[in-house]
Amino acid sequence: MANKLTISLSPHVHGGDSVKKNMYGVCLALLPALLCSFYFFGLGAIAVTAVSVASCVFFEWVIGKYLLHLGRPTVTDGSAILTGLLLAFNLPANIPLWIVVIGALFAIGVVKMTFGGLGCNLFNPALAGRAFLLISFPVQMTTWPTPGLPFLTIADTAVDGQTGATPLAVMKLIAKGDATMNDLGDSITDMLLGNTGGCIGEVCALALIIGLIYMLAKRIITWHIPVSILLTVFVFAGLMHLANPSTYVAPQYHLLSGGLLLGAIFMATDYVTSPMTAKGQIIYGVAIGLLTVVIRTWGAYPEGMSFAILIMNAFTPLINNYCKPKRFGERPAVVKEGGKK
Amino acid sequence: MKTFKIGGVHPAENKLSAAEPIKVAELPKVAVFPVSQHIGAPAKPVVQKGDKVKVGQVIAEAGGFVSAPIHSSVSGTVLKVDTVIDASGYKKPAIYITVEGDEWEPTIDRSTDLVTLADRPELTPKDIINKVQVAGIVGMGGACFPCHVKLSPPPGSKPEWVIINAVECEPYLTADHRLMLEHADEILVGVTLLMKAVSVNKAFIGIENNKPDAISLMTEKAKAYPGIEVVPLKVKYPQGGEKQLIDAVVGRQVPAPPALPVSVGAILQNVGTAFAIYEAVMKNKPLFERVVTVTGKSLAHPTNFLARMGTPMSQLIDACGGLPADTGKIIGGGPMMGKALLNTEVPICKGSSGVLIMNDKESKRGEVENCIRCGKCVGACPMGLEPYLLSALSERHDWEACEKEDIPSCIECGSCRPLLDLIRMGKSTVMGIIRQRNAK
Repeated sequence: MANKLTISLSPHVHGGDSVKKNMYGVCLALLPALLCSFYFFGLGAIAVTAVSVASCVFFEWVIGKYLLHLGRPTVTDGSAILTGLLLAFNLPANIPLWIVVIGALFAIGVVKMTFGGLGCNLFNPALAGRAFLLISFPVQMTTWPTPGLPFLTIADTAVDGQTGATPLAVMKLIAKGDATMNDLGDSITDMLLGNTGGCIGEVCALALIIGLIYMLAKRIITWHIPVSILLTVFVFAGLMHLANPSTYVAPQYHLLSGGLLLGAIFMATDYVTSPMTAKGQIIYGVAIGLLTVVIRTWGAYPEGMSFAILIMNAFTPLINNYCKPKRFGERPAVVKEGGKK
Repeated sequence: MKTFKIGGVHPAENKLSAAEPIKVAELPKVAVFPVSQHIGAPAKPVVQKGDKVKVGQVIAEAGGFVSAPIHSSVSGTVLKVDTVIDASGYKKPAIYITVEGDEWEPTIDRSTDLVTLADRPELTPKDIINKVQVAGIVGMGGACFPCHVKLSPPPGSKPEWVIINAVECEPYLTADHRLMLEHADEILVGVTLLMKAVSVNKAFIGIENNKPDAISLMTEKAKAYPGIEVVPLKVKYPQGGEKQLIDAVVGRQVPAPPALPVSVGAILQNVGTAFAIYEAVMKNKPLFERVVTVTGKSLAHPTNFLARMGTPMSQLIDACGGLPADTGKIIGGGPMMGKALLNTEVPICKGSSGVLIMNDKESKRGEVENCIRCGKCVGACPMGLEPYLLSALSERHDWEACEKEDIPSCIECGSCRPLLDLIRMGKSTVMGIIRQRNAK
């Protein structure tokens, strides 16, 4: 007996938290939105999601094994699956599948593995993949099928893809003076439920909020990033709306449209690329909120969420450096009397 | 409910033996006394092979001011002065005594009558501190700092409160809990002695609210002792850390090392130490026995023992139903800060609060995974440090950056779980560098 005792340093118990548990936890939180997208976009959404996940996992495995020569495979930790899901969520349901594969290669190969794999990347792989595709394939990336197609049909862009005008695009036209508030066809209810044009995972606000509640309850993420983003967008867009209601849409349209909820809940909260302390996370969230509204209102693209997050990803190391946690015992009140002269 | 303000975690409590009354352990056949059972200079043996000793007799005298004498816990003959592997895992000089009968020094009052400060009005602070020193009392929470040194704060410092650590925040351990339930009055008299020794008139006893029976009993009994207040605390690890406890109870934070708790006016003692002080001062009984929790999920009967020092742990484990077949690790102390033992022959010492048997499955460590910067370690660190950063800097041997990021403040509580390995290495290296620099 005595010769097989384990001798190791304290602590001898572990909370059971692990990379896997967190990654699959987020995947589970994405499930409601995934099911909604299948309902609204049919087989196209299923195909894009499957191809995206499969290619992300494949590239992670190939690069890890043959280029980085990692000792143990990292494909089972769930991070590549998560990147695949999030990338698919940011794509239209009718996008050609070969474009999805290119997006996955860029996300995993360039953005994640080049920096050393899990935990080392500077930018959110899925978002960087989306941005890469948006710049490379602007037409395919901004043609969305009408939701509510009969289940199990793949949308044909030529026939069904007439909904060029998502709520975001209309908002931009209104801001430019090329459209009026009456053109905002989609009601708030439609946007909450997902009955509107957009990428696979971003349309159903309710499903995303269920995911948020799940992740908060399971303590996978804290409230700081999502709440600070949503609150900033609401306040900033609300102030603009109050100042000029005919040019700037009401803040609830901002909150429920485009990738704002998806980004605030699932993208900006990515562990690797977001700040470590609560204070840093709030600064990060507020900045993302401001940048999003600025890009949406005055920028070239109708959607600003992904660029706002990527920009703030770049600031994360700086924020970490300046937003240190409060060290124990630094309160000036406890400095020994006579200690300082 | 009060608690400390920064960080903290909540490991599974697993207080398996909380309902088990303290059981007097059988005398060992041979008792082993390492001469270094405390922080500071080792004690010097004053007995030789063949000497006859009685229970309570000094067998090794203090090696300096920051040191403590060691008393025999048994009567019998000195077998040899040799070495033993103690809880630290190192071989230490030790005195072996063959047990013959149970003959106590006649000066020890073995009655169970309660003696209070009112019965002994002539006691001066100096008397109390002297008694504590000759009784060999050290901090019994596990740190084993000689008690009389703590009671002699450096000149210029002004103690305001005595704070009694009855938190027992380590999972599994129930020794302090049982001691409070069974010896509340003795502990409270011990606290009055501490208050008198450092001339303060206010004492707090911090107890986590997972021990409601101890809180209500101590609160009830404390009414008879003016100035003593029981403070129920929200369960959070590491509340038993002295800095965390001071913060939780009186809301003041001890500055960064090398500042002492007394710099914010607090004198801290463990509840077991308060009991030992009562016995030493009022009963003339040196520290030679203590309550030890022997526990573990696979153990047949987890038990709280009143064990004599020098009793090998194997004997206590046998009394709990024997070492389980699936034993994977034996820990001296609790699972968060305790040390894995090399074998079961390690003797019970002044700082042995518990023996924890972990089964094979529990004792396996998980594989090291890449840091995904989730930030949970930053939220958990009770010292407001950044464990992920300290761990990475230590791995890179960047000692300068480690020092800049306050690695000496780490209390090694283990709230950051797997990160502590590297941080501990970084901390000890940086402390060495600081010592060298100060020596110049």
